[in-house]
Amino acid sequence: MEHNSMNLTLKVWKQKNKNEKGRFETYQVKGISSEMSFLEMFDVLNEQLIAEGKEPIAFDHDCREGICGMCSMYINGRAHGPWHHTTTCQLHMREYKDGDTIVVEPWRASAFPVIKDLVVDRQAFDRIIQAGGYVSVNTGNAVDANAIPIEKHSADEAFASAACIGCGACVAACPNASAMLFVSAKVSHLAMLPQGDPERKIRAVNMVQQMDKEGFGSCTNIGACEAECPKGISLENIARLNREYLGSMLSGGSQNSI
Amino acid sequence: MALNSKIPAGELEAKWEKYKSTCKLVNPANKRQLEVIIIGTGLAGASAAASLGELGYKVKTFCFQDSPRRAHSIAAQGGINAAKNYQNDGDSTFRLFYDTVKGGDYRAREANVYRLASVSANIIDQCVAQGVPFAREYGGLLSNRSFGGTQVQRTFYAAGQTGQQLLIGAYQALERQVALGNVTQYSRHEMLDVVTIDGKARGVIVRNLVTGELERHFGHAVLICSGGYGNVFYLSTNAMGSNVTAAWKAHKKGAYFGNPCFTQIHPTCIPVSGDHQSKLTLMSESLRNDGRIWVPKKQGDTRKPNDIPEEERDYYLERRYPAFGNLVPRDVASRAAKERCDAGYGVGASKQAVYLDYASAIQRYGKIEANKQGLTNADAATITQLGKDVVKEKYGNLFEMYEKITAENPYEVPMRIYPAVHYTMGGLWVDYELKTTVDGLYALGEANFSDHGANRLGASALMQGLADGYFVIPYTLGNYLADDIRTKSIPTDHPAFVEAEKAVRDRIEKLMSIKGSESVESLHKRLGKIMWDKCGMARNEQGLKEAIEEIRALKKEFWSNVRIPGEINEFNPELDKANRVADFIELGELMCMDALHRNESCGGHFREEYQTEEGEALRQDDKYMYVAAWEYKGDSQFEMHKEDLVYDIVHPTQRSYK
Repeated sequence: MEHNSMNLTLKVWKQKNKNEKGRFETYQVKGISSEMSFLEMFDVLNEQLIAEGKEPIAFDHDCREGICGMCSMYINGRAHGPWHHTTTCQLHMREYKDGDTIVVEPWRASAFPVIKDLVVDRQAFDRIIQAGGYVSVNTGNAVDANAIPIEKHSADEAFASAACIGCGACVAACPNASAMLFVSAKVSHLAMLPQGDPERKIRAVNMVQQMDKEGFGSCTNIGACEAECPKGISLENIARLNREYLGSMLSGGSQNSI
Repeated sequence: MALNSKIPAGELEAKWEKYKSTCKLVNPANKRQLEVIIIGTGLAGASAAASLGELGYKVKTFCFQDSPRRAHSIAAQGGINAAKNYQNDGDSTFRLFYDTVKGGDYRAREANVYRLASVSANIIDQCVAQGVPFAREYGGLLSNRSFGGTQVQRTFYAAGQTGQQLLIGAYQALERQVALGNVTQYSRHEMLDVVTIDGKARGVIVRNLVTGELERHFGHAVLICSGGYGNVFYLSTNAMGSNVTAAWKAHKKGAYFGNPCFTQIHPTCIPVSGDHQSKLTLMSESLRNDGRIWVPKKQGDTRKPNDIPEEERDYYLERRYPAFGNLVPRDVASRAAKERCDAGYGVGASKQAVYLDYASAIQRYGKIEANKQGLTNADAATITQLGKDVVKEKYGNLFEMYEKITAENPYEVPMRIYPAVHYTMGGLWVDYELKTTVDGLYALGEANFSDHGANRLGASALMQGLADGYFVIPYTLGNYLADDIRTKSIPTDHPAFVEAEKAVRDRIEKLMSIKGSESVESLHKRLGKIMWDKCGMARNEQGLKEAIEEIRALKKEFWSNVRIPGEINEFNPELDKANRVADFIELGELMCMDALHRNESCGGHFREEYQTEEGEALRQDDKYMYVAAWEYKGDSQFEMHKEDLVYDIVHPTQRSYK
């Protein structure tokens, strides 16, 4: 593999806190290796800014291996940048060439207020899970793990939905800032397993209610969420959520007790 | 203070059952009055918070990430061990116990490890009940795979994302308790001190990382579940935010630190590609199930791997350890890779790498698949394709990740791998009840030192985190709090809180006032280099002595020349990092002191002076069969206390995987 070195122009969203207005700031970075990850390129820029006595750019990141869901950059108009099924931390600079200009913004959604620069507040997702994204089983209640066989296909499907990392790219990619893909992935994961079955109706209703309360937009079947999801969560989940939701409304499952 | 591990009397198999039946209980009405603080929300913290919330305690959780679901447990790939014996291959609680004690090179406590092995089966039951989608066979039952250091298949998994699925299970259980009002959750909050009153932990000082404000929180007990400290090496497989700060503050408030030098270097990570590197990525140990590790037989061979014929390859693990082959424990595999690279057989541009090759696994699976499909005359291309499909099903996400990082296709070209810091067996010293040397202060999961001795076996970290949180602390904490039911909540204007908060504030103001010229990142990198070069995979007396001097000098430089931009009362990641790196520097010094004092090799601690003729670790059981528990006595001052390890059941021998 060959190493290239490149110089880039970055236009990055700067915003002091949620109350102040933000703006784009332009930066030049030099000597970026094609082997760096996108976030390592930001590390270089921040070290440069600190050396110049300027303030570095705040951005969220943690595991840097594509699984924690913390990184959240909107790069040249795409959530997590151009690579398919890839989080920002796994995007590598070999995608870019010398002289490129890259525009980087935070997730944009009123339910995800900006904390600073590229960092947003995603606690709305926690509250949606609190509304019903679990199986109500206390520690110690469980039967033997092999007592209930689960068809391999269902287990695999449940896993595919459970692979969601809660990053919020689906919301950022959606023109309506809808959280349907996130909610439906959790509803599907649990609805496809016998352990999640007893609460499936109430779960769908309560999670959708909470999603609406948080101010996420409605789903109009655009499909940008699926296209930008780093974990390939499928739109089929949304279809399943709609069935679950409708089914429980029809059978009077709309009480929101937990 | 003399160390009392409080191991219950009686037969090994009966200790935990006896403890559970005789420990003190707290009635439900009293539980509602008792407040518990939990620092960290990974597997240990989230499972403890959920379980204690279910019991009715008033729980507060704190994590520095933006949600409990981000904790680094999420990145564990390969699996979780449990002695279920679903495969009928001879597994049992005793075998899991035995493998773990042996794997830890006889530096763990027997009673703790036995308890861990005996609750392992309950963990799998609990997780399945929560809806964790483990891998299954066509008959609908759970699937298992092998891991290093064992000869049975006892590892449960969910593709290469087992940690993610287990953490989401625990997180969901935690969120349910938040919804029920039993747990209050604080994200983007970092613990910066433990508050002690009359010798007991009674609360914490935390910093709200969004506003920079300091907060005081009271608790009848405090649980440190903040993970390990591998980032002291700068480059590790840990998340960027993983840190020792909570554990280190506890240490400075009286909790002894156990075996700090016991570090796990994981053999299969993607090698460093340049100075820009910010972290290292693990390739799951499960890959050693099917992959074969080799280097060229010729030194400095520059041919491409696929151009090197079979007879000119050295499958050195299979050669040296025929009984376990590529599945030797991590410490053994890592040292063997280092030995080959140091001897000039390394591959890749840096020569600091070995090959992990899937070519023969692809052929093997391809032939099996062709047979299954009744293709008697399948051509080579068909067999290869069928084999690739099987490998993709098993390890697809890992192969994809490798390709994203290296731009090489591991289905075609062998992966390049090299050892990297992954886990720390050392941590806060705890007794059988997971209590530190400070009353009311507990440590769970990777943050404690307890169960893995000098080397952890693969797929055992998830097991330990969840065992501590779901099945141990609900009993042992009750045993302590039963005597505390008359203690009313202490108002946080108590002088101990005021004083602790002031100390934290003073330190932050001091850091910000330095206004030097070197960034936190570059100082951290320099610390990491000292640690890796002199307290890494191989250590010796001279190097460790030098390291201690270098770290002391670095500490001075840090406190006189660090540059932290921004303000205190705002979202300031550079300040957060500075707080953590300052603690890493102090810890690094202690790690080197611990490594220097332990004149033997055991598990992950390899002192070059102590090795067999064949280059294996040489323990000195007559002198060092103890836990070194270090007490903080002031700046650079530590006093060592010993907890002797007694082996009633397992007889320590030289570990052999040959």
